[in-house]
Amino acid sequence: MTISTTAADKRRGKSFLWKIAAALFWVAAWAILSRCIGQELLVPSPAQVIVRLSQLLRETDFWRITAGSLLRIMCGYLAAVAAGVGLAVLTHAAPFLHALVSPLMGIIKATPVASFIILALVWLRGSHIPPFAAFLMVLPIVWGNVSEGLRNTDGKLLEMARMFRLGPWKTAWRIYAPSVLPYFMAGCTTGLGLAWKAGVAAEVLAMPRDSIGLQLYDAKVYLETTDLFAWTLVIIALSMLLEKLLVALMRCLSGRFFCPVREQKEGAG
Amino acid sequence: MMVEIQHLKKDYAGQAVLLNFSLALPGRGVTALCGPSGCGKTTLLRLIAGLERADGGSITGLAGKRISMVFQEDRLLPWCTAEQNIALAAPKADAALWLEKMGLAAARRKLPGELSGGMRRRVAIARALAYDGDLFLLDEPFKALDDATRASVIACAMRSMQGKPTLLVTHELVEAATMADTVLLLGGPPLQVLREVRLPLPQLGRDAGQIREYCRQLEQARGE
Repeated sequence: MTISTTAADKRRGKSFLWKIAAALFWVAAWAILSRCIGQELLVPSPAQVIVRLSQLLRETDFWRITAGSLLRIMCGYLAAVAAGVGLAVLTHAAPFLHALVSPLMGIIKATPVASFIILALVWLRGSHIPPFAAFLMVLPIVWGNVSEGLRNTDGKLLEMARMFRLGPWKTAWRIYAPSVLPYFMAGCTTGLGLAWKAGVAAEVLAMPRDSIGLQLYDAKVYLETTDLFAWTLVIIALSMLLEKLLVALMRCLSGRFFCPVREQKEGAG
Repeated sequence: MMVEIQHLKKDYAGQAVLLNFSLALPGRGVTALCGPSGCGKTTLLRLIAGLERADGGSITGLAGKRISMVFQEDRLLPWCTAEQNIALAAPKADAALWLEKMGLAAARRKLPGELSGGMRRRVAIARALAYDGDLFLLDEPFKALDDATRASVIACAMRSMQGKPTLLVTHELVEAATMADTVLLLGGPPLQVLREVRLPLPQLGRDAGQIREYCRQLEQARGE
């Protein structure tokens, strides 16, 4: 046990070092590119961007703007997750509903996000457009993944549940939920990245107050490329942080509700 | 309780697995179904269990009855411990005690993936016994068990089923000779009863010599 744990630790350590090395390589490539071009307006250096970012971090507005974007986009994202799960349950229960909803989801998935944003500019208030765009990006993904998870739930376990009269609640909680969980998690993590991209794009076009998108727009108008890079770094960092948080939360919840406490594995013969 | 199967029909992809199959299950004791693979034994069990719908005929005597079933596969929830798997099906039963009876006291908190094939099988049997249905349907329940374990699990099952009506599907004549009051030697498809052999002594009173004798009788009947 100790030997295998140490080996796993070593592997994890090595993989972490590789990640750091890869990140340093790309930062170095960026620095070289910036030096070759020699114009901050076109490609600012990593050092210039980090200096600008550290200035931003000290400003109160930065936190208000970031919180504003975070709130708007996460509202749309969470609403889409809830709606996607609910809709998947309904369409799984009623095949005719699945046939009805499926083409609609296909259309939403295939439509460019810019088309939705431009339409929404006509229909909605500026501050409502980013959550709307995030909602539309995430809904078909969560619906599709959860639907697939429900479809792939082991029919033999469902027969067992029927035989032993587990009832709908236990069947849902003990069989469907753990079966669907990996599909749900994959949908949520994919959807989170898309929600950020679509949400910020919507902010750039709709320009609501206190939004990262508005900062990107201003950076473009005033040719402040360093600001553009700094805010883009903020978006990337937030997206990665939220994804890590989401995965940790899901693991914690799935461990708490679905996986029992294990004893140390013994040889089973 | 007597289960009556009358003129049962079931087709799979145009092939008749059951065709006008009739059988009366006695209200007590074990009826063993022995026959070659694919002759329709499992289909019959699934129809009785209500897991499939017959294309014709009827099964009576099951209304409101709870059925304990051991499937051909273990069908344990991979994310639940052995104890939880039993408790889920039989919340009022003492799952730990059932595992102890099956010689699995140390495996209480293990997941099915951490158990051997034989251990998983015993958990599935314990689950069906703990559920304590009015009718037992056992589809090759003792496969993957070594001789000694099988003997102790059969003894435990016989005590727990207390003579309740049981249908046992098995390829092992020794299992039929140990447990059954009636053995149906089957052929098919379509499923048909080729021979019916009655084994009169009460199961719990059968010694090794008697079981050997019954095995010999069954071998003979199968060869005829």
